[in-house]
Amino acid sequence: MAEIDRSLIGVWGQPSTMRVELGKIREFAKAVKDPNPAYRDEATCVAPPTFLMTIAHWIGDLGATRSAVKLDYRRLLHGEQEFEYVAPIRPGDTLTFRSRTKDVFEKAGKRGGTMLFVIGETEFTNQRGEVVAYMRNTAIETSGVVKE
Amino acid sequence: MSVRRFEDVKEGDAIPPFVVEQLSRTDLVKYAGASGDFNPIHHDEEFARAAGNPTVFGHGMLTAGFLARCLTDFVGPGNLRRYKVRFATRVWPGDTITCRGTVTRRYEEAGEARIDGDVTASNQKGEVAVTGNFTAALPRRA
Repeated sequence: MAEIDRSLIGVWGQPSTMRVELGKIREFAKAVKDPNPAYRDEATCVAPPTFLMTIAHWIGDLGATRSAVKLDYRRLLHGEQEFEYVAPIRPGDTLTFRSRTKDVFEKAGKRGGTMLFVIGETEFTNQRGEVVAYMRNTAIETSGVVKE
Repeated sequence: MSVRRFEDVKEGDAIPPFVVEQLSRTDLVKYAGASGDFNPIHHDEEFARAAGNPTVFGHGMLTAGFLARCLTDFVGPGNLRRYKVRFATRVWPGDTITCRGTVTRRYEEAGEARIDGDVTASNQKGEVAVTGNFTAALPRRA
């Protein structure tokens, strides 16, 4: 089962930065099969809705984000993902992001056992100091090894 | 693929479907590279089988990306205010994925003309892979 350090719940980790580039946006738009011309032109381009998933390319040091929970990856499900868009994200932006474990709670599973819910949150701020987005994810650790 | 105006949308309206015909392994590799999610369970056949799967399967967030495209075709890029997805069942190479949605609420808030709605992505058997909901700000008629 997961190890939980409740003293870290709500505590923001160290910030990191990511650059938003037109080429990466075009690559991402193609990967989600979105031919919208808006993603081809620097002047009109805003990041596609799920573009912030590319944060994975910028998380270099796993230690930079201190998590309150050490999850057992064999029992892990990606339950939910949420984006809150506060202001446009455009090519040329430099985003600073920081993450925290927002909440951890248990629920009884439908098929017996308990499920551990871990809500993570990442906040993105642009080069002008404006918060542009929040990304939240719910990871679920089941009490047994995950099977379909 | 034309963005709707607030005046032309009503509660209960369907959001036109976007269909991905026969998802390919190349699609999964493209998304791995674009997103940076290199979990081998999505591209490495041997790894996926060793983990007890018949083959590789799609990233949940790839399907969520298809659904988002269905949405931005309707509301316009940059107009989503909130988007949330929940993962139900997996998608596999060869699956045909249909993304669709419904407008559930039409209102004004924060000086914007907004709609809320629900979306689903389902496979060719009608099984739901991803469900979601959203809030968007629509442009008004000039």
